[in-house]
Amino acid sequence: MSTLTLFRNLLHWRTGERVTVAVEDGVIVPPPRRGHEHARVLEAPGAVLAPGLVDLHVHLREPGQSAKESIETGTRAAAAGGFTSVACMPNTVPVVDSPAWVEWVKHRAAAAYARVLPIAAVTQGQNGEQLAPLQAMARAGAVAFSDDGAPVASAAIMRRALEYARNTGLPIVGHEEDPTLRADGVMNEGFTATRLGLRGIPNAAESVLCRRDADLAELTGARVHLAHLSTTQGFDALRDAKRRGLPVTGETCPHYWTLTDEAVGDYDTLAKMNPPLRSEADREACIAAIADGTIDCFVTDHAPHTADEKARPFAEAPFGIVGLETALALTITFLVQPGHLSLARAIELWTDAPRRVFDLPEVDLEPGSEADLVVFDPGGEWVVDPELFFSKGRNTPFAGWRLQGRVLATMMGGRFTHLAPEIDFEHQLVLPAEAAR
Amino acid sequence: MNASATVPLAPAPRGAGFFSTRSARDARHLLGLEGMSREELSDLLDDAEREREWLRSGAPNRDDLAGCSVMLAFIEDSTRTRTSFEVAARRLGANALTFSASASSLNKGETLFDTMKVFEAMGTQLLVLRHSMSGAAACLARTLERVGVLNAGDGMHEHPTQGLLDLLTLRDAWKGRFEGRRLAIVGDVGHSRVARSAIHGLTTMGAQVTVGGPGTLMPADVGLLGCGIATSVDEALAGADGVMALRIQRERMEKGLLPSLVEYGREWGIDFGRVALMKPDAVVLHPGPVNRGVELDPGVADSARSVILTQVANGVAVRCAVLKRCWTAWREAA
Repeated sequence: MSTLTLFRNLLHWRTGERVTVAVEDGVIVPPPRRGHEHARVLEAPGAVLAPGLVDLHVHLREPGQSAKESIETGTRAAAAGGFTSVACMPNTVPVVDSPAWVEWVKHRAAAAYARVLPIAAVTQGQNGEQLAPLQAMARAGAVAFSDDGAPVASAAIMRRALEYARNTGLPIVGHEEDPTLRADGVMNEGFTATRLGLRGIPNAAESVLCRRDADLAELTGARVHLAHLSTTQGFDALRDAKRRGLPVTGETCPHYWTLTDEAVGDYDTLAKMNPPLRSEADREACIAAIADGTIDCFVTDHAPHTADEKARPFAEAPFGIVGLETALALTITFLVQPGHLSLARAIELWTDAPRRVFDLPEVDLEPGSEADLVVFDPGGEWVVDPELFFSKGRNTPFAGWRLQGRVLATMMGGRFTHLAPEIDFEHQLVLPAEAAR
Repeated sequence: MNASATVPLAPAPRGAGFFSTRSARDARHLLGLEGMSREELSDLLDDAEREREWLRSGAPNRDDLAGCSVMLAFIEDSTRTRTSFEVAARRLGANALTFSASASSLNKGETLFDTMKVFEAMGTQLLVLRHSMSGAAACLARTLERVGVLNAGDGMHEHPTQGLLDLLTLRDAWKGRFEGRRLAIVGDVGHSRVARSAIHGLTTMGAQVTVGGPGTLMPADVGLLGCGIATSVDEALAGADGVMALRIQRERMEKGLLPSLVEYGREWGIDFGRVALMKPDAVVLHPGPVNRGVELDPGVADSARSVILTQVANGVAVRCAVLKRCWTAWREAA
């Protein structure tokens, strides 16, 4: 027997109008004219209803690194953050560089709390030398290709990869960092690195490869998506590529608009990620690139690690922070609240915008659409407590921060994947067994 | 449920703040000269001066550190720092043990933490750590609960006891006053923990510092540490009250940072002609060991202007002072 779910009197994410949306059998249906006694009703005054958020850049750490995260815990964290789709990076152990591993990830994710879209490696074992079977992996369900974690160092290999990927229509996601300029760097090059005696990574390490790959996109006609942009020069490279009409898109992450390299403070490994936190000028350039439309979409670069790994001395600790459970609130608190973006545009950068970048099917609030939805309270304040994360990773630099914007409910394909504890349905809600797990 | 989107938020805290700087303010530790006050530094220098007299007098060992277990963990090679810490600890009656990394389980894959936690469990109270990684001492200071950590040099970060012995040497040479004095630091500033400690110590005491060296060896935004920047050795030395030549560490040099040592010696090496650019009573310092003919003309290193051996002698006195300070704080905290 199918259950009708009513999202009643919520604010439409784009128009701000009060709407009622009905869901049945996993899709949005026209709201019934009369009250439905058997419907479960979610009514939250002032809360916003939007399509489920999409994150094109997460590390779910499976296969092989389930001490850091698993597909189950990572997607549970995604659901808690309002996400219904996540694209996972292939830099696992082993690397997802064959159709079999693409299928393994999809199979493994069949019962997960979010749709998992595998990104496959560009080169075999991400060795930067020999192309992985891109066409077969596309057929197996890969949504993009990336050697994320490292750049494709050779311009010639990148050129061949783009030529070869062109037939699939899928983009190559570039981790843009010149390995010779990055060298042994562990944080942003600048005063803090100098003060701490840590080796720096210059801004040019990013922009040099952004510009190379923009030129290679022009040469090959294939699509390049610039991952986790962090520098003034990287944003400029993307802006220039668009001005030239090249098939180049780009993304950035919440930590680049909230933090600077000063957060490293006294060797705080929770402020260690790659690309590193940059200067205040770069942080401002990030907000400007978001506001002027240069940035195509937001991603978290969710990168869970164990506490042990992050307790190592700074140079030895791994790069990366978790992001799925703080992304929406950091967007509202630091972009919408100060007036850099409208709420509608901010949500678009987490929904429609990433869908366009990866050519994913559209989701909206109209009847017939897949019921991938999020309900959030844009004014709801909360304090980040990593111990309450669903992710295995506790490695966030935002612990103790008071943020605005709380996810109340996430629905994927018509079933709730996350409900805030205080959700009060007019009618008793019985969680589907798989969501209550 | 509060659905208002207009509630103003307090500014979010800047900085990640997970690892606070509390350990830096805990007097059981000596992690760096950055952040220490002029009074703290002066007290340590005054005490080191008294210890220097006592050490010179040949008086028998004392018992200031009786009951204190000092572990000298030198995970990176060192001769003078390790020896002078050991001399200081023994003269003050501590139970000093030297941990040699090469013969240790660090080679069997045990982490630095686990090894140091073993020492903590054995009752080590003060840990003197030399490590090739910047921040290693700070990292241990916040991990170990019952151990005072003395940084004996961490990567390219700081070498606070070297900084203190440089301060003591210069205070004598400059007749007790740092104000109005200027030290030139010449060479591999980028890789130098000695330079960073000297810059923090001297600027806190009221002296000026000018750094100079090849562009490939100058760290980004170094001026924000509070020092001037010279583009030639002559500019750095002109009118200075002293020069600290930094060792060109061949083993640390990444390929391509310098064309050749001969070129370095010609452009940045300090000979008598360049010494003459400084004030008449200016002194020459070097943290050692000297690459003769590279950073310093051999004659300059052995000349009356050189205070290189005074630095070494001051090293034991300074280490006596910091061991006492950390041990006193350790006992107060216990």
